[in-house]
Amino acid sequence: MSKIIKPAVCGTLESSDAFVTLEPGGEGLDIQIESVVMKQFGDEILAVTKDVLREFGVDNARVSVVDRGALECVLRARLECAVLRAKGEC
Amino acid sequence: MRRSMLFLPGNTPNIIQNGGILGADAVILDLEDAVAPTEKDSARILVRSVIRAMGFDRCEVIVRINSIDTPFWQKDLDAIIPVRPHLIMPPKTACVQDVLTVDAYITHLEEKLGMEHGSVGLIPLIETALGVENAFQIASACPRVKAIFLGGEDLTADLHCKRTKEGEEISYARCRLVCAARAAGVEVYDTPFTDVNDDEGIYTDAAKAKSLGFTGKSAISPRHVKAINEVFSPSLKDIEYAYEVMEAIRIGKEQGKGAVSLRGKMIDAPIVARAMQTIEAAEELGLGREDI
Repeated sequence: MSKIIKPAVCGTLESSDAFVTLEPGGEGLDIQIESVVMKQFGDEILAVTKDVLREFGVDNARVSVVDRGALECVLRARLECAVLRAKGEC
Repeated sequence: MRRSMLFLPGNTPNIIQNGGILGADAVILDLEDAVAPTEKDSARILVRSVIRAMGFDRCEVIVRINSIDTPFWQKDLDAIIPVRPHLIMPPKTACVQDVLTVDAYITHLEEKLGMEHGSVGLIPLIETALGVENAFQIASACPRVKAIFLGGEDLTADLHCKRTKEGEEISYARCRLVCAARAAGVEVYDTPFTDVNDDEGIYTDAAKAKSLGFTGKSAISPRHVKAINEVFSPSLKDIEYAYEVMEAIRIGKEQGKGAVSLRGKMIDAPIVARAMQTIEAAEELGLGREDI
């Protein structure tokens, strides 16, 4: 799988959406999550984020997810698009 | 039965995720005009993800892709066909070749994905003067075409005229599309009424479309869905009359009568055909004789 070659963002800060930022570099994954439902769903958001990164072969990156109550399918879509943009595949 | 079709912007999660509960018979998830050129990628991934994850209740799912003169339409289909929407709406369809180009690419994807040929239908959006003139050829281009759809806004720009609430400027196009669709044996849907705050205007506009023979009508606001559904549903009076017609025909046949009348009027073949259409529509909506 191709590597992350540039910083990329996807999504918005609107309700029910998520804003994802991805940057190359670092050793391993540095994931920061901010959510309006952190207490209730923080673990799930982190798990979904790791799952999508693994699916697209992202091992080293700085990742930020600002969640505004996105459904899982929305979060997955925003992460996927950010990864593809960061790989220059979009 | 599709009476109402609701356009929803494809890159707006809080709107599209609620598409199934807004009362429309179909939702049109829009990857074209409602999406900025820089967000085409994120919209198609989002729409694919939402269709895959959500059932949309009893709503049919239609995806409006970008037109074939853009670099986006094939990527749209690459993303969307695997999640099997009911219909794909290619915009600015102007001739048979436009339909066949999209049809061939969907066929290629269906083969690649092991899907049954023709599993995703087409509803070409006709919104240019050339498209209107070629409406029958578009409607009968290939078996994948299940319906055609009139786009009034772009059409009036192409006709160099103003779009008005009264819609005189699209009268010819409306009639032409209905005739073309019926001749081709496919359904036909009317352009949205764009004043979302005019709650009376939508009834008038939908009634006009129904009177011309349209199957249903699209909306750009959930506020218009109820009016469209009401207008395009058979009334209880219509259903009652339809059953009376069929009963009179049955009795006439039993009695060996060549001609049958009801309420002082002869019942001829077109009246029977309309009665059957009314009963069929009523049954689809779950309105039986017991509701009369």
